[in-house]
Amino acid sequence: MADLYFTEEHEWLSVEADTARVGITSYAAEQLGDIVFVELPEIGKQIEAGGEAAVVESVKSASELFAPITGEIVAANMELEDAPETVNEDPTGKGWFFEIKISDKSELGKLMDKAAYDAFVAGL
Amino acid sequence: MTDQNLSATPLKSLMEELGGKMVPFAGYSMPVQFAAGVRQEHIWTRENCGLFDVSHMGQARLRGNNPAIALETIVPGNMQGLVANMQRYTVLLNSDGGIIDDLMVSRPDDDGLMLVVNAACKDKDYQRITTALAGVAELEPINDRALIAVQGPKTAEIFTKFMPAACDMVFMQCGHFTLFGHDVIVSRSGYTGEDGFEISLPSAHAEEIVREILADQRVKPIGLGARDSLRLEVGLCLSGHDFTEDHTPISAGLAWAVPKIRRERKDFPGATRMLQELTAEPEAIRVGICPDGKAPAREGTEIFKDGIRVGQVTSGGFGPTFGGPVSMGYVRADLANIGSKVDLLIRGKNYPATITKMPFVAQNYYRGKGA
Repeated sequence: MADLYFTEEHEWLSVEADTARVGITSYAAEQLGDIVFVELPEIGKQIEAGGEAAVVESVKSASELFAPITGEIVAANMELEDAPETVNEDPTGKGWFFEIKISDKSELGKLMDKAAYDAFVAGL
Repeated sequence: MTDQNLSATPLKSLMEELGGKMVPFAGYSMPVQFAAGVRQEHIWTRENCGLFDVSHMGQARLRGNNPAIALETIVPGNMQGLVANMQRYTVLLNSDGGIIDDLMVSRPDDDGLMLVVNAACKDKDYQRITTALAGVAELEPINDRALIAVQGPKTAEIFTKFMPAACDMVFMQCGHFTLFGHDVIVSRSGYTGEDGFEISLPSAHAEEIVREILADQRVKPIGLGARDSLRLEVGLCLSGHDFTEDHTPISAGLAWAVPKIRRERKDFPGATRMLQELTAEPEAIRVGICPDGKAPAREGTEIFKDGIRVGQVTSGGFGPTFGGPVSMGYVRADLANIGSKVDLLIRGKNYPATITKMPFVAQNYYRGKGA
């Protein structure tokens, strides 16, 4: 069973062993509106927590997706290139963005669990 | 800008009640979208009928002995040729012939000319008109009327019930009609590329009239987000973006807005310069640009050819009906041919794109039965 973590940037991380699958939350998908383009990171890229990892564009605007954790990109959801609307349809499932091999799992301690994230969103 | 500083249109509370996501725009609190979202609102308008609150735009009367002659000193359009019940698109020029704004001028009745200008340029436009025409014509902003646009292929069919006489007009005709018991000024026009009307309503009854229109399920409220993507797909300019005071109507690709009769008389600001521009090869031309991939190229994106900067995108985004990204911008004249290949620099990477004929989606104006 994967462990779920969340960021204040409205990203979710599903962590199994030392790999995190990353996507955006339903709240973020709804705020962005109709997503029309996703730019994904290259596999093998080293990425720092807080660094730019992907770009998501809605009809309205372009937004950056920051890496929630330091590590190496090991997979990217190439299906989003042809079907970016999947992010709106299933943000926490088929609409995942990329997977990171986590360098330092202690960084997970800075992230929120589901209850904390739900409380964070409720306070917005 | 805080909400307290924003102006409200007579339809603001209704737009909020309908679920409008309100944002500041040109000093007004306006709905950028409703629950359906920009993409669906856009498609709804192309297939059914969309209703837009455009009361933030400036409505004004220009009166005087001959307001058309007066206005011709600051616009290049044929205003003297504007007969009763007709509307025309023209541009307001600064003293060098640069475009301050674009506007609609009409003669719906005998009360001078009616002008509709862009919200963001309202103050500047009124200043220019008042100063330039002092002693010759008088500008009076209309502050007691709302303005809506109803746009889409089902508009005429729907409005046959509400104001049948207005449905006999063709594109760019205008006049007074009665809508749910109130006197309204209607033009068969809009800024989406679709058939439809722009309707000037008494503010006090605007909400009541709009509720009646929206009772027809084929009409849905549409936000500014879709208004922008709709106009972009049909290649219509956004004032202050797709042209600025640095452009004349010629360099902005609006030569058709400078008719022959005015070119011959050379009696508008910047006439000499524009006539030279018409014969000389311009440096840059406004063109349609289709990114070959899926990444939208938005305003400000730089355009390159073989590593040399050759232009810039002035409007761009995703075209829901077109089904892909579309942009408009200026490129060096020798690269402006349809089919010409360029690169768009987006977030530090080159994306190939093709110069494309505009409109990206066919315009669907009503020009009469069988037309």
